Amino acid sequence: MSAVIATEHLSKTYGKGEAAFSALSDINLSINSGELIAIVGKSGSGKSTLMHMLALLDRPSQGNILVDGTDAARIRSRQVDGLRNKRYGFVFQQFFLNETDTVLNNVILPLKIAKINRKERTTRGLAALKSVELSEKAAAKAGTLSGGQKQRVCIARALINKPSVIFADEPTGNLDSHTGKTIEDLLFRLNKEQGITVIIVTHDKELAGRCHRQLHIKDGKLSEGSDV
Amino acid sequence: MKLSDLLSTASANMWRSKGRTFLTIVAIFIGAMTITLTNGIGTGIKSYLNRQVKSFGAPNVLLVTLTNKQTSPGSGPAKYTYNPNATVSASGLHNKQLLMSSKGLAVIKSIPNITSVVAAHSLSPDYITGKGDKYQLSLAQQIGDAAPDMVVGQGVNANSTQNQLTIPVSYVQPLGYGSNRAIIGAHVTIGITSGQGVRKTVVATVVGVQQKNLISQSVAYANNALAGQLYSIQTAGIPAARANTFLTAYATFPKNLTTTQLDTIKSKLKAKGFTAKTIQDQESTIFTAINAIIIVFDMFGAIALLAASFGIINTLYMSVQERTKEIGLMKALGMSRHKVYALFSIEAVLLGFWGSVLGVGFAALVGKAINAIAVHGFLKGFPGLTLLTFPPRTIAIVVIGIMLIAFLAGTLPALRASRKDPIEALRYE
Ligand SMILES: Nc1ncnc2c1ncn2[C@@H]1O[C@H](COP(=O)(O)OP(=O)(O)OP(=O)(O)O)[C@@H](O)[C@H]1O
Ligand SMILES: [Mg+2]
Repeated sequence: MSAVIATEHLSKTYGKGEAAFSALSDINLSINSGELIAIVGKSGSGKSTLMHMLALLDRPSQGNILVDGTDAARIRSRQVDGLRNKRYGFVFQQFFLNETDTVLNNVILPLKIAKINRKERTTRGLAALKSVELSEKAAAKAGTLSGGQKQRVCIARALINKPSVIFADEPTGNLDSHTGKTIEDLLFRLNKEQGITVIIVTHDKELAGRCHRQLHIKDGKLSEGSDV
Repeated sequence: MKLSDLLSTASANMWRSKGRTFLTIVAIFIGAMTITLTNGIGTGIKSYLNRQVKSFGAPNVLLVTLTNKQTSPGSGPAKYTYNPNATVSASGLHNKQLLMSSKGLAVIKSIPNITSVVAAHSLSPDYITGKGDKYQLSLAQQIGDAAPDMVVGQGVNANSTQNQLTIPVSYVQPLGYGSNRAIIGAHVTIGITSGQGVRKTVVATVVGVQQKNLISQSVAYANNALAGQLYSIQTAGIPAARANTFLTAYATFPKNLTTTQLDTIKSKLKAKGFTAKTIQDQESTIFTAINAIIIVFDMFGAIALLAASFGIINTLYMSVQERTKEIGLMKALGMSRHKVYALFSIEAVLLGFWGSVLGVGFAALVGKAINAIAVHGFLKGFPGLTLLTFPPRTIAIVVIGIMLIAFLAGTLPALRASRKDPIEALRYE
């Protein structure tokens, strides 16, 4: 099976000279299509930094990121934008919803960016909301939802462009354990039923344990225990 | 994002902080309104004056007077210098005016390119009468072919041997005619006292009824034949040296003269002690004054707009700041830099659009109201005068200009938004 995302000697250094701080160093990994992966590690170990690199939200200081075998540094920024819009979906710990806008409008934002017409946006938006069981909230203002509902809206938004990879950074971090569980189940189901590659950043051991594979990060390095 | 989505998103963003947006729009509104109103007044008055002034004379006529040193208040008496062309001098309220004689006419006539010279005699008829009572009358000789605006009929024919005149509309009823149309072609009698004190009458034909005029409200106009006859009666028996004197001469020149040729005529006349002005020269003196006033008001408008552009910059910086996370999210979801830039630029342009459209619209309404009040109030009796006129072109220029200013003002905030790093923007606080 070919790798959807792989890294070669990936390093990230923040700052320059004396103040330089190495957040990631020499990371080599390969993620196959359809995998369910947990990135685990202590706070400040570099999990989010790694996820941002993999999602092409940030550029490495050294090394390469390969997208379907192509060096991301060689892809034009316009295409990178398109890649994030169409192939990747994002779920964040903080929801980043426009609270004053409707749930439906929040969900269809990626389609708006992708220049898809209004009619199709609505159809697909409603379908995405249905898959997270929030159909009846389509017209509600996002600010009126509960935390779990908000995170489900975010998942609907991540799903809407039929991504092949979903990145979730601490998706259950802001939720109580019961609500967190429903979000986890939702992500696992997407992986199982639709074959979407799911990459979850978490420090929840139990959640990590349910994934196919765990990548342990310690002080910016992939440590033993992660089977690469 | 598609343009329509960019527009609707920018518009929605704009109204998200209503108070701030409203105040910014008010600032633009004031600037747009000021500029539109001042230009409206300027255009209205200028187009009115243009028509009025045209009625005074043909474009190929020079108004020639004797140059007189004006004494400015407080500067003491001016030195006397003998002017061979001035026969008599008359004292005006504030300064001395020099009268010329037929000798002066000959001098003017001798200038190359002057085809004819006519003395502008001041006529002093006693009265005018139609079918009833006698009424006082101010009568002027019409210059060339140019006639005042007519309600009915036409201007007098300068070359006709028939005695012709046009009368202000206010004379129609007193002269015994029921309608403006009825008086056309009618004969009226003008009474005048001769130089020896003999009371005489002259009959003339009414050829036109004049529109009321801002500058010469109740002056009737006579053609050369009538004016000449009246003048010879009023000066009969007066010694020649005093009889044939006048303030102004009308010098005609060929219509196809170039400006330089006209300037040559003027400077030659100047050398001989005359001041020569065309109707346009006189008009441009008035227009220069009007323009100066308009520029001052426009400056107020421009200052208001300058303040408004800082308002736009400030408003947008604040909204970029407030929407940092949203911008980060949109970029993370694949929105390109220049679309983010466009989104904020459009927001700025929309602010300019609403401010200017409301300002211009309000100015137009105010102008309409003022015009309506003016027509029935302080400008009653000046038909044809629209105090404020708003040509669509001016309105379009104001709106587009302000949208452009808004776009420029939005450049820096939009640039800042487009440069936001999605990672920074999405960082947890
Ligand atoms: N822009 C930056 N400039 C400087 N240092 C940074 C920057 N971003 C991250 N870091 C540092 O890099 C390290 C890794 O940060 P990162 O956010 O990846 O940690 P994390 O593993 O996601 O932690 P957490 O579990 O708390 O979210 C931290 O020490 C952080 O201080
Ligand atoms: Mg993190």
